[in-house]
Amino acid sequence: MHIPDGFLDTKTVIATAALSGVAVGASLRTLNRSLPRRQVPLMGLAAAFVFAAQMVNFPIAGGTSGHLMGGVLTAVLLGPAAGIVVMAAVLIVQCLLFADGGVLALGANIFNMGVIGTVGGFGIYRAVYGILGSERGRFIAIAVGAWGSTILAATVCAGELAWSGTAPWDAAFTAMVNVHMLIGLGEAVITVLVLSVIRASRPGLFTDPLMPRTRDHYVLFVTYGVTAALGIAFFVAPFASPLPDGLEHAVAQLGIHGSSLPPATTSPMPGYVIPGMGSPVAATAVAGAIGTVVVFFVGYLLARIAVPASSLRGATDAGGEKTG
Amino acid sequence: MRHNYIDRYARLDSPVHRIRPDVKLAAALGLVLATVAVPFSLTAYFVSVTLFLILIVALSRVPVSFVVRRLLLLQPFVAGVVVLAFFRPDGWTVAARVVLKSNICLLTMLLLANTTPFSALLGVLTRFRAPGLLVTVLSLMYRYVFLLVDQGERMMRARRSRTFVRGRLSWMTGAGIVAHLFIRSTERAERVYAAMTARGWRV
Repeated sequence: MHIPDGFLDTKTVIATAALSGVAVGASLRTLNRSLPRRQVPLMGLAAAFVFAAQMVNFPIAGGTSGHLMGGVLTAVLLGPAAGIVVMAAVLIVQCLLFADGGVLALGANIFNMGVIGTVGGFGIYRAVYGILGSERGRFIAIAVGAWGSTILAATVCAGELAWSGTAPWDAAFTAMVNVHMLIGLGEAVITVLVLSVIRASRPGLFTDPLMPRTRDHYVLFVTYGVTAALGIAFFVAPFASPLPDGLEHAVAQLGIHGSSLPPATTSPMPGYVIPGMGSPVAATAVAGAIGTVVVFFVGYLLARIAVPASSLRGATDAGGEKTG
Repeated sequence: MRHNYIDRYARLDSPVHRIRPDVKLAAALGLVLATVAVPFSLTAYFVSVTLFLILIVALSRVPVSFVVRRLLLLQPFVAGVVVLAFFRPDGWTVAARVVLKSNICLLTMLLLANTTPFSALLGVLTRFRAPGLLVTVLSLMYRYVFLLVDQGERMMRARRSRTFVRGRLSWMTGAGIVAHLFIRSTERAERVYAAMTARGWRV
């Protein structure tokens, strides 16, 4: 999902750089105030860890293999603010030392994988864990969060490519999201397995997702919410809304750009239409809904492995009851 | 153990290596920016930039085979996005433009990374007032990444020598390696913190 240079146009480069700058800046500001000094070396080592962990290959059918991305994993272990900074550091090193992802596209890559992938995934994790409660529920929530984070990042990435005029929205969204529904499933399984091993040997390493609600915490929450919402408004909403010309028209009226928006609906792509479905985008949305159910089920099965019944009986905390 | 794992050729000695890192960083960013912004029809620009980069490769003494291999290694990332461009009505033009532009940018960044030590780039970032915490995280990451990669490789070697299964890891084993890599990273972070504090480190 690393976008190289040359794929994004100027307005997308500026918009993504501004959004990720705000999100990373807000995270750094909060960490400067609240992070214990002890934890600073841990962040550097966590960044090195994510890099090293991405070199462990997991076999997939057909002779190919995939690797962890790690956004939700770091957010669950270190909290979302540290997760964003760690992922940004990994992406900066990959960009500067390996040319893996472009320099001008760095803002976009940090926004997709570092901000949306981490905050989005952590948000889903926290919401689902809040509803389900129990310790097994936590692992179901981790699976759904890791899956959702991959899909969200892919969606925003497709929107950026479409907004730049590199690829039409229908094709980019359909291809990116369908591929990443499978990749996300792998991410979910790896994240849950890794966290279950960590929980078994070092339970103290888990941060409590229901953090104390300080003022900094609210500021951060609002900043993440606003940047994510703006990202979706810029990159996804113009194409996904039922009135696709609304924002485009408004933006054109303001004179921000000329005719550089892609003709989102002109390419027919007959091969993509699933029989009985109106459009590939709608079909992808349906597949996404089915995928969510599948991920909940997979997450439940994984949670049974991750949290054996014996450890449930031993749990003394309030949420330690059985999963329904 | 491979100490020069990341920026293998960054510490060679050549006219290109001796240029000040801030000048090199600015030049590379300017070149990437120009390449993305210049219209595709301006053939003279693309020809001259390509020739210029080839000249830099020759001057820098970074092995040509290494540059070509790295460039080929990065092509799947380009190809993955280019495929999507073919769904546009003007697919061929967009694809050709994107492939040419992104490859020039890739070559530029590869040359920057392999003629400038990462610590020098971090020095430039500090001078231009990049957030201190971010620079600290980056420099710690750069310092420890080869140790952790080495540790991961040792764990995989240990797995291979104990389980007589040909080929690849199972998911459970892979997850175990990743999990213990994290646990060892936290333990190392504790020791690093103690060592840094003992030497008078302040945030």
